[in-house]
Amino acid sequence: MRKSWVVTLSLILALASVLAACGSGKEGGSSAKNQVFSMNLTSEPPTLDPALAQDSVSFTVLTGLYEGLTRKDENGKVLPGIAESWDISDDQLTYTFHLRKDAKWSNGDPVTAHDFEYAWKRVLDPDLNPASPYAYQLYYIKNAENYNIKANNPNHISDPAQVGVKALDDYTLQVRLEHPTPYFLSITSFWTTFPVHSSAKDNEAWAAEAKTIVSNGPFKIATWKHGNEIELVPNENYYAKDEIKLSKVRFVMVANASTELQMFQTGQLNYAGFPTGEIPVEQIGKLKETNKDELRIKPIASTYYYNFNNTKSPFDNVNIRKAFALAVDRQQLVDKVTKGGQEPAYGFVPPSIMGAQKTYREEYPDRDFMSPSAEAAKAALAKGLQEKGLAKLPPVTLTINENTGHKQVAEALADMWRKTLGVEVKIETQEWKVFLKNRTSLNYDISRAGWSADYNDPMTFIDMMTSASGNNDIGFKNAEYDKLVKEAYATVDQKKRMELMHRAEKILIGDNMAILPLYYYTGVHLVKSNLKNIVMDYQGMVDYTRAYLE
Amino acid sequence: MTRYWIGKIVSVAVSLFVLATATFFLMKAIPGDPFTQEKAVPEEIRQKLLAYYGLDKPVWQQYLAYLNNLLHFDLGMSMKSNYQTVAGIISDSFGYSFRLGVVAIAVSIIVGVAVGILAAMHHRKLIDSVSMVLAVLGVSVPNFVLASLMQYVFGYKLRWLQVAGLNGPLDYVMPVIALSALPIAYIARLTRSSMLEALSAEYIKTARAKGLSKRAIVLRHAVRNGILPVVTYAGPMAANIVTGSVIVEQIFGIPGLGQYFVASVSNRDYTLIMGITLFYAIVLMAARLITDIVYGLVDPRIRLRSGKGAAS
Amino acid sequence: MSEKTTAAQAESSARQRGGDGALTREMFRKLAKRPSAEAIAGESVPLWRDAMRRLVRNRLAMSGLAFLALLSAMAVIGPVISPHDYYTNNLDMTNQPPSAEYWFGTDHLGRDLFSRVWMGARISLTVGLAAAFIDLIIGVVYGGIMGYAGGRLDEAMNKISEILYSIPYLLVVILLLVVMEPSMWTIIAALCVTGWINMSWIVRGQILQLKTQEYVLAARSMGAGPMRILFRHLIPNSLGPIIVTLTLSVPSAIFAEAFLSFLGLGVQSPAASWGTMINDSLASWSLYPWQLLIPAALLSLTMLAFNVFGDGLRDAFDPKLKK
Repeated sequence: MRKSWVVTLSLILALASVLAACGSGKEGGSSAKNQVFSMNLTSEPPTLDPALAQDSVSFTVLTGLYEGLTRKDENGKVLPGIAESWDISDDQLTYTFHLRKDAKWSNGDPVTAHDFEYAWKRVLDPDLNPASPYAYQLYYIKNAENYNIKANNPNHISDPAQVGVKALDDYTLQVRLEHPTPYFLSITSFWTTFPVHSSAKDNEAWAAEAKTIVSNGPFKIATWKHGNEIELVPNENYYAKDEIKLSKVRFVMVANASTELQMFQTGQLNYAGFPTGEIPVEQIGKLKETNKDELRIKPIASTYYYNFNNTKSPFDNVNIRKAFALAVDRQQLVDKVTKGGQEPAYGFVPPSIMGAQKTYREEYPDRDFMSPSAEAAKAALAKGLQEKGLAKLPPVTLTINENTGHKQVAEALADMWRKTLGVEVKIETQEWKVFLKNRTSLNYDISRAGWSADYNDPMTFIDMMTSASGNNDIGFKNAEYDKLVKEAYATVDQKKRMELMHRAEKILIGDNMAILPLYYYTGVHLVKSNLKNIVMDYQGMVDYTRAYLE
Repeated sequence: MTRYWIGKIVSVAVSLFVLATATFFLMKAIPGDPFTQEKAVPEEIRQKLLAYYGLDKPVWQQYLAYLNNLLHFDLGMSMKSNYQTVAGIISDSFGYSFRLGVVAIAVSIIVGVAVGILAAMHHRKLIDSVSMVLAVLGVSVPNFVLASLMQYVFGYKLRWLQVAGLNGPLDYVMPVIALSALPIAYIARLTRSSMLEALSAEYIKTARAKGLSKRAIVLRHAVRNGILPVVTYAGPMAANIVTGSVIVEQIFGIPGLGQYFVASVSNRDYTLIMGITLFYAIVLMAARLITDIVYGLVDPRIRLRSGKGAAS
Repeated sequence: MSEKTTAAQAESSARQRGGDGALTREMFRKLAKRPSAEAIAGESVPLWRDAMRRLVRNRLAMSGLAFLALLSAMAVIGPVISPHDYYTNNLDMTNQPPSAEYWFGTDHLGRDLFSRVWMGARISLTVGLAAAFIDLIIGVVYGGIMGYAGGRLDEAMNKISEILYSIPYLLVVILLLVVMEPSMWTIIAALCVTGWINMSWIVRGQILQLKTQEYVLAARSMGAGPMRILFRHLIPNSLGPIIVTLTLSVPSAIFAEAFLSFLGLGVQSPAASWGTMINDSLASWSLYPWQLLIPAALLSLTMLAFNVFGDGLRDAFDPKLKK
């Protein structure tokens, strides 16, 4: 009897090891000598083509592979990139970029102004397939929108030469804009504006496999095992290759936050959390003690808020909206529920967005928009109910998408509303795309929302709530608001622009409480203490290109 | 025999056609499309994207176009991962799920049957009770809890095993246990239950009376009859395990088919949803077919394809 | 846990399904007395009475039943006897370990876990039992017909179940969510769409094996209709695997419910089921182990109780034990 068990057992083991051997690869982990930076992307990047990328996972990889005309430092300040200098015309409509002559592609070709012209016109090409979802980031350029949009556009321009981007010579790029755009230099470090090597012309699938990707940044791609891992190695042709200390960048794709944290703790990763990963909320408190030197909490330019359906009773009434907004104790919410060091939000534009001189929020504090208190909330509710001729609030549903964090916030808020206003709010969790569909079609009472900056200017928040905006999911239509935004578009003077945008924000929140701001996001992440020079910018995107291990 | 196999192939093709049709329209009936996202893409750009993937046409035209591609064995391109073919994604990720799955299936069946036989042979003794209580635990502790606990203890606390990844042979240990805990428990209970019945059958008594040893009886006679429910269960189980468990794959960071499938649904990556569904169906049908063949081998009295059934 | 392999069982087993087991005297006798098919299996009232007597005498099964009764009682009164309700947050008392004030501790929003666990029991037990019951009925009938009919009907039904089993479950659930209001019945409906298929395959496999046995032949030759053979002979003889499968479908329904609440189809917050409680506490169980262990332990004990009771039930109703 015994012998047969031994045989069986050894058979299992043999089978297991044979099968396992088929899939064995390199060992994970890293030692300081190897200078390996490893982080979790959570999921496969949908593309590594700068023109098609639109998500933080793709952007994170592209940061290492490419470099645009400019770069950004931690605070969003513009640094020279491939362009060593630039001239701006007095009317702020023409930008002339002078490119450095020693920039090279990973295959040794020089990076020229023609590459940028090609890349940008490629983004705008009406026949690019699939179309660039972020093409509108280049609509500041003269004739760009009318070139990009062909269908049902009487003003369509079919001649790419009319688009306001032109290589004057190999190292001079001239860009003409539609309107003066004070934050245009912050756009030229955006991923969509990265140059693309002209070999992309011959192979439309070039960005899907490692061996066909030619890049101009600090790193080049070595392997791309789809759905599994990506490895970058230094680009020996990079103009500042002496600044690059890492010998390898290793991205894994692990979809579980607890696993990611344990991989960090056991040294399989030396970076975890925001922007492409996540630290489990309940663990943050503990990590503040155990990993004090490694846990970093960085405010980022994103706002967490709830949408009111401004078109549907009872939230078509401003006082009822105010009652719900004033009843929320935001400080308690961030201290006790979200726990990630977030800052309570009383406005829409987050604190890390720049204003004319200081940050926008320092110039225009959001506390001016509202002073939440139980009494004020109750008074507003009573007034609102009276205006609506209601004795009692009809049943209200709060719609969220599936996510532990969103659920906790929703449960906390429902409890605050119950205690302060005496109303029962039902929470309904929906699958992500079902939720988005319902939100865009205004099929909700209150719904969760979050918005993050595309560029470092309040406008990236303000103009999404205009009547015509495709992202206005609250049914808010205000002629004065639209007028102020339009005026700000055409204004060059930064101080005046900020004032106009602030007036708009006051209409949105102070006067109408069209949305319910909750908190400004933070990027909670862990960085191994021997990993230096990891920079998180105002958007929460991580720049690891100049990192090194001690 | 040739006719039998031709019939089989035709019936599989018909099943796949019905499945493809049902899944296609189901998938189109649910809200959202590949380009619905938090930051809405401007409507004009969205229209271009829809047109590129043929999603601007009426659903029945999309359906016919899809069937046409299918007839040419073309599963199409992913709508989420640019320029990656559905066939490529399936073959890449199935490799991981398959390697892990085969080990897990082997462990499940061998350990499950062994424990079941052992329990049945030592009926109502300690070994029986202990293994059956363990089996109940195996069924009632969900695999995501088991996987997380193992990961914490062996990966993080004791550091005996890697927390995640599927690189060396040792990396198979935790995912295999997580995948096979429930099948082992279930198979052990099934085996024990039918073994007990088989052991009490008359021919066993006859065999015993003839002086055969208990072990010989169990192995030569009782197992043959006792194993049939296990065979029934093992077919679909094998299909499920081999095509990947999303939970185990997520926890242990394994880039398998299960993760891709769940992601394809939430991304509304239509071509990938269809591709994985059809692939899964083929694996399932193959597994079920093998099950039926094994029935005949285990118990020759079962003539499955005798044309007319007993009651008809 | 105890199978009664008594002499009686062995004998009756040999009589009914032994390898070369001949037709027994008993059958002929009954046919002679009352030449209708009804008579073949004897009288049904004593079967039930017998079974109940055997069940009551099985101490292990009874303790399982007692535990289930206690659990149901707690699900009803538990939330009432706790000083706290299950939904009110107390953000100053989050993640508290069990204490005199909070008997099972509190969760991340400071809610009383004692109340929540028993509220969760209501949901999980209802969902688990209802889903398992529906799976049992559909699965046994469908699988029984499939296995007994054989031939083309078997082939067709088999294919239908395979197709249904292959349709992506996620799509079905999301669609259900769109067309139905989220409620307990929607959850159960979603669970039953494909839940019964495994059961039907197990039953089919059993029937395929059993229907070639001589006693079936005998019964048929004596004029018993197919339905009667199926439900009086074949299915009762398949009880073992059916009960094992049934005890599996209860926990799998409970966990499927947790999965569904992710998609918005499950129980909606602030209510929670055991499955969602276990799910939610998983990321931080090393810090607050009671949040995971209490619902998980209750679930496992419930399963154990179901299993011992199920085994007792099978022993009691197994026709081979009938005298």
